[in-house]
Amino acid sequence: MSLAREVESLLYRQSEYLDSKAWDQYIDLFAEDGLYWMPPAPHYTTWEGQPSIFIEDRDLMTVRARRVMHPRAWSQQAEWTTNHVVSNVLIERTDDNEVHVRSRFHMMELRRDEIRHFGGMYRHDLRRTSDGLKIRLQRVDLFNSQAPYDYVLQVWV
Amino acid sequence: MPNAGKLVEPDRVHRLCYTDTELFELELERIFKKTWVYAGHESQVPKSGDYWTFDIARQPMVLLRDANGKVGVFFNRCPHRGAKLCTLQGGNIGKEIRCSYHGWRFDLDGCLIAIPHDQGYEGTRLSKSDPAYSMAPAPRMASYRGFIFASLAKDGPSLVEWLGPAKVGFDDMCDRAPEGEVEVVPNCYRVIQRSNWKLFLENQMDVSHPMVVHESTGRAALDVENDIFKRTGNRPLHYHMLSAFTWPTSKWNELLLTRNYPQGHSVLGGYMALRPEDPDTLEYERLLAERVGEKRKEEILSTNIHHVIYYPVVSVQPPLQQLRAVRPISVDKTLSEIWHFRLKGAPEAIYRRALWYYNLVNSPATMVNADDLENWNRIQRALQAETPEWLSLHRNHGSDIVEGDVVSTREGLSEAPLRNQFRAWKAYMTQGAGA
Repeated sequence: MSLAREVESLLYRQSEYLDSKAWDQYIDLFAEDGLYWMPPAPHYTTWEGQPSIFIEDRDLMTVRARRVMHPRAWSQQAEWTTNHVVSNVLIERTDDNEVHVRSRFHMMELRRDEIRHFGGMYRHDLRRTSDGLKIRLQRVDLFNSQAPYDYVLQVWV
Repeated sequence: MPNAGKLVEPDRVHRLCYTDTELFELELERIFKKTWVYAGHESQVPKSGDYWTFDIARQPMVLLRDANGKVGVFFNRCPHRGAKLCTLQGGNIGKEIRCSYHGWRFDLDGCLIAIPHDQGYEGTRLSKSDPAYSMAPAPRMASYRGFIFASLAKDGPSLVEWLGPAKVGFDDMCDRAPEGEVEVVPNCYRVIQRSNWKLFLENQMDVSHPMVVHESTGRAALDVENDIFKRTGNRPLHYHMLSAFTWPTSKWNELLLTRNYPQGHSVLGGYMALRPEDPDTLEYERLLAERVGEKRKEEILSTNIHHVIYYPVVSVQPPLQQLRAVRPISVDKTLSEIWHFRLKGAPEAIYRRALWYYNLVNSPATMVNADDLENWNRIQRALQAETPEWLSLHRNHGSDIVEGDVVSTREGLSEAPLRNQFRAWKAYMTQGAGA
């Protein structure tokens, strides 16, 4: 499989896992030391010592996954589904160990009777492992990250 | 319009307090246009020309620093034809303010500098030296330890009088800084709830909700915290911010006592173990003692507060340096502005510890407030049901400790803070009579 195909396959699987609420498979896309990071605005260059909308390692992702699967996670009782589309996939650079990928996404979210939209850019720093590509860092820049949130985000975008 | 005075009884409150649109308009008149409203922190506008926009009772205002370093609060519109002057959420406006519609120019202290093509005003009632043609300042503005408030009422209690003994919230936050003051972390999250503003303020002081509303997050965090402990022998402090929700109700009842003041303010006792004995904390304590002495340091660090509500406008968590300002938009829509502050002179590690709370609990991806918001939205929707008419505030009514006009709780689960907020609400709403 070409590198481009391999990268796209990972991005598409990630979207599918989110939309089908396959949280364990989603978390398994990340390397053991992998991080999911959503900064408050595009100008942030690091999450360390800075506010973050999300900054989660696999342990914190597991908290989030277990929380939303809990029978008394009240916010989850409303009908709630998402639909992700990922596109504009560009491999920015590669080296021996890593592949750096940029893409655009659009997420529609249905909550009760209302639809919200989130869009923006993913940056995946992918590590080559014996188990295929794993996410070392996924940076998510919402294009509407500074707009008011009508309700909040419940899982990863 | 419903009679506001008849909607509040000592132990129950009528559903219309949360749902009636005319009553909401009256709240803007009688509460939000009378009280002190949080504008921002001085460090939010550090340089000449820096500004931050916000609303008081839906009216656009701007906090602005002038060339002499003085901060002012103004109505954010041009006195000519009404265009908004500072149009971003915040930023730097430069050396002067120029209206985008006809080019009127104002100094950073709000004074009119010039009208372009300045002809045709001779013999009219417009005079450039008349303050009516400068940016109108808020009738009152005051700062307490760097936290700036404004009021649309010319008269009323001073800011310090209004804060009353609850000022301990701002004191506790600032005193914990070795330099005695805090500075803002320059990021504001804005979250909208589809519910009445009162639900936000009540919830912060409602000690019988956390173990029910946040059970899912508390349980999930404790499970993972235990896994980490097995793996590493360590319990990261930030997991405790979430796993504390698994405590038995008896513990909440014992620890989370409140003091409630006639302005509607409440002080809620602390419960999280925020004074561990790790090297970072010990270094911080040493720095603090160096500045204020050992005895004063102990006084400061033994102050144990989780939350302070300044009714009806702002909620502060002093030991975690978080602040949420409440901006009512309509009867069923409320905006909160969420801020984090840094203790000046404290080690970076202490800031980063409190930052976890901002990230995990107060960010727009919160695993905690998500279920609060869901519940408030459910309440707002369900209160359209006309039966039953009254909401219960009975828990421990009659068994709290009353000293003058201050009510303290013996039981954490007492609904005293909610009764107290409505005591203040009724006092505001029945002033000006006839309603």
